[in-house]
Amino acid sequence: MKSMSLKTRSIVLSIALLFAFAGLWQLMLPEGTGSAANMDPAYAALMGATAKGASAMPGPLEVAKQIWEHVLNPFYDAGPNDKGIGIQLGYSILRVLVGFSFAIIVAIPLGFLIGMSPLFYRALDPFIQILKPVSPLAWMPLALYTIKDSIISSVFVIFICSVWPMLTNTAFGVASVRKEWLNVAKTLEVGHLRTAFRVILPAAAPTIMTGMRISIGIAWLVIVAAEMLVGGTGIGYFVWNEWNNLSITNVIASIFFIGLIGMVLDMILSALTRFVTYAE
Amino acid sequence: MSANTAATSQPRIRVEGLAQRFPAPDGNGETTVFEDIWFSVEPGEFVCLIGHSGCGKTTLLNILAGLATASAGNVIVSGQEVTGTSLDRAVVFQSHALMPWMTVMGNIAFAVSSKWPRMAKKDLHAHCQKFIDLVHLTGSENKKPSQLSGGMKQRVGIARAMAIEPQIMLLDEPFSALDALTRGSLQDELLSICAETEQTVFMITHDIDEAILLADKIILMTNGPDARICEIVENTLPRERTRNNMHTQANYYPVRNHLIEFLVNRSVGFKDELASPDYDPRHPPVVGPTVVTDEAGETGTGVLRAQA
Repeated sequence: MKSMSLKTRSIVLSIALLFAFAGLWQLMLPEGTGSAANMDPAYAALMGATAKGASAMPGPLEVAKQIWEHVLNPFYDAGPNDKGIGIQLGYSILRVLVGFSFAIIVAIPLGFLIGMSPLFYRALDPFIQILKPVSPLAWMPLALYTIKDSIISSVFVIFICSVWPMLTNTAFGVASVRKEWLNVAKTLEVGHLRTAFRVILPAAAPTIMTGMRISIGIAWLVIVAAEMLVGGTGIGYFVWNEWNNLSITNVIASIFFIGLIGMVLDMILSALTRFVTYAE
Repeated sequence: MSANTAATSQPRIRVEGLAQRFPAPDGNGETTVFEDIWFSVEPGEFVCLIGHSGCGKTTLLNILAGLATASAGNVIVSGQEVTGTSLDRAVVFQSHALMPWMTVMGNIAFAVSSKWPRMAKKDLHAHCQKFIDLVHLTGSENKKPSQLSGGMKQRVGIARAMAIEPQIMLLDEPFSALDALTRGSLQDELLSICAETEQTVFMITHDIDEAILLADKIILMTNGPDARICEIVENTLPRERTRNNMHTQANYYPVRNHLIEFLVNRSVGFKDELASPDYDPRHPPVVGPTVVTDEAGETGTGVLRAQA
């Protein structure tokens, strides 16, 4: 064991923990309590396997099998209530990316303005401080009423929750650009636009990217809840639909996929952050 | 003597009655950093400003650079009043102020393309390379500042300032953060570069030997607040001095002792000297400390007072 690298040892431990968790899960599964004999036959039929004594709570192997099935066939489309998980995740990712992109378009220029102008910073600060802590889902009814389209409303909710971390981080990054770099630009008579793009933007880029990373994390959290509300398509709708089907197996499989995509989104943003980070 | 040539040709920099005041921290009245500052710098001259911390040296340099505005007085550069920053005045900052996300070449090219936006890419590269070679950084063009030592970073800072071929270079204690060996070799390089290019330089320092080595003229500023120019010391050492032979020059110790005497004693109690009717802020006393030989053949230190 001693000769193994830290990386190998950590992988071994991770796998061991996974098996320990799966074993514990299997052990703690409740016994089925239903008995078809005491039930109304119609109700027993509705309950399916559960009525014959099986638990609705699946074991780890069932979930793994279900996940594998989703992986094998992610993009099938058999009507509005039966689409592959790949399609559902695709809808959610698309909404997140559209809302997130609009947030970038708004937050970064506005953040520049706030970061560079103490006047705008003070003037806009009360609005930001009041709107920032509002749960993005609180905007949903207002969005539905004004936009009158559930898909665009969920994109709007993503936009509104992504905007704040990017806005505050951009403003902070721009405001804390080292004075001496600005003085260099000033002594070289560099114009405002060139200073913004060649000096302030690269100087603030790591802070801005950190804000974007926080934003995409929040957006991915919020999209699930938003889609549960608006329905139709998306991974949030899929989870809620499977809950209504009492398919706990699919609910757990979805949790796994939501986590996986969230991790990938974070890794992409983290790689981009590394790309713009500079050592002083 | 520069005072005589000033009458016939225009000085490169002329500072007239400069003052800087800030609102006092307690809110009552104003704190004067410096007041009634008059001096001039001739083309090709290397001028050092010496003074203790807090006398407003950096503020004065920022005003010359156009980064700060004086409360009173004017700065005239080549006959034109300074109203802001200019590509004719390049600044070397104490903390080198390189952009850490740009390479050595990128930092210098940023400055060069600011001065000559229409320069062709090939010419731009060749121009930057010339100045990288000049400060002996050949081979480090594509390094980021974080990969360079402190001395190398400051070399880039100097190359960046020189690359825009300014009329005046303003240096704010450029070597104070470096170790003695690096400082020494950079001083030698700066000296030879300036001699070669006849660059006009205004430099802030608090290193006496640095000033004696580099400067033609050393401006002494009294302690702040309410700092003034105490006097202007002409460097009486021959211009062919180097760091290695400087201390063997006859006039080295007279100049050095004069400057130490100022920093240790006179800068504190100079208020009394200022009060004397002989002191004219527009024409601060110009002195040239030299070795004098008296009638008995004994050598001692003397100070030649120039006509104000």
